[in-house]
Amino acid sequence: MPRSQERALHADTVTLAAGEGGEFHAPGIGEFLGLPELFFAGTPFAIDRIVMVRIIAIALMLLLFWLGLRRARRVPGRGQSIAELALDFVNVQIADQVLGEKHGKRFLPLLAAIFFGVFAMNITGIIPGANIAGTALIGMPLLLGLVAYVVFIYAGIKEHGAGGFFRGQLFPSGVPWPIYIILTPVEFINIFIVRPLSLALRLLLNMMVGHLLLVLCFSATHFFLFSADGFFKLFSIGTLAGGFIFTLFEMLVAVLQAYIFTLLTAVYIQQSVSHEH
Amino acid sequence: MVSMILAAEEGAVTNPFLPADYDIIWSAVVFVVIAAFFGFYAIPKFRKILDDRAAVIEGGIAKAENAQAEAAAQLEKYNQLLAEGRAEAAEIREKSRAEGAAILAELKEQAQAESARILANAQTQIEAERQAALVSLRAEVGTLAIDLASRVVGETLTDDKKAAGLVDRFLADLETSESAKA
Repeated sequence: MPRSQERALHADTVTLAAGEGGEFHAPGIGEFLGLPELFFAGTPFAIDRIVMVRIIAIALMLLLFWLGLRRARRVPGRGQSIAELALDFVNVQIADQVLGEKHGKRFLPLLAAIFFGVFAMNITGIIPGANIAGTALIGMPLLLGLVAYVVFIYAGIKEHGAGGFFRGQLFPSGVPWPIYIILTPVEFINIFIVRPLSLALRLLLNMMVGHLLLVLCFSATHFFLFSADGFFKLFSIGTLAGGFIFTLFEMLVAVLQAYIFTLLTAVYIQQSVSHEH
Repeated sequence: MVSMILAAEEGAVTNPFLPADYDIIWSAVVFVVIAAFFGFYAIPKFRKILDDRAAVIEGGIAKAENAQAEAAAQLEKYNQLLAEGRAEAAEIREKSRAEGAAILAELKEQAQAESARILANAQTQIEAERQAALVSLRAEVGTLAIDLASRVVGETLTDDKKAAGLVDRFLADLETSESAKA
């Protein structure tokens, strides 16, 4: 852990170093791609900084939940209360509210896994030492999007049978048949292509942009404070304040994106299993 | 977007929207771990504890309801006993009042009878005494009158029959003269 953190920090200083020569470079895609591979370099199992952050974040999140639920009692302790509160949020606000009791019960484990997984990997974006969201690299959002995709199709087929599901989704009832010429391709693109991709890209881009904003604020602060002359040093106050505000904002975004991702997954499942289609 | 792609061309970086193999592999590993954790540990445990708590609460509610029902039954019983007691007391009071009234009436009657008897006795006695007085008076007045008359007429009215007839006539005369005077 200390070694990896050192390396992680090193990776940050590489980007920051660009601004130290007196010239300011805005952070770019290099924040996310082409990072040095820390373990198993050159293999398909290579671990770079972002993957490292993911693994640590998830390990910590699971550890916290395990500690909270390890000795679950009738009268909960402090840790158990928090764990229950968190699970109850997903249970009530997402699973039960969107899917109803029956389906909510079935899909709660998956929704909880998505919500807490995404949240844990989002919140690392503002945790010092990690400083990047585990979801800021396409693999994770894409995989989660695919999971949601597979699950809502599976749920629909299981509920209505393959024919019933695809007919229900692509040929919504209550529409005069010529409309299908336009509606069916649109529905196909929307449901079977846009849904998983929009889930993945929304999360990825939010996290990437959040990270870039923070890096921009903090590297600008660094630049103004140490490289700029005289009066311009004062700008560092403004940029630091900006960084502070964006850190708070990123906290909100971390929760919000986890919530949106999970909620949309639940909504897609609900639309698959509902009888209206 | 364009700058990103340009940046990608500059270094060893690739398209940010295409996952590298290591990226997707580790994502899958991480997700499987999370899903397994929530699917096999966290959610079942969460449900178990919620069910357990619900059961306890329901048990407590049932217990409280039982206790309440029991208390209500006790109260009902108590009230019933109280009402019975009150009714009994009222009955006893009523009965004793009636008895008292009966005793009083009886006493009154007895007293009245007694007083009537005493009164009757007294009247009888008075009547007897009057009769006696009348008889004795008559005898004495008769003797006196005959004595007087003997002296006046000089004749001894020894014959009782005659004497009695004389006295009666005298008395009758006396009475008529008195009534005429009146």
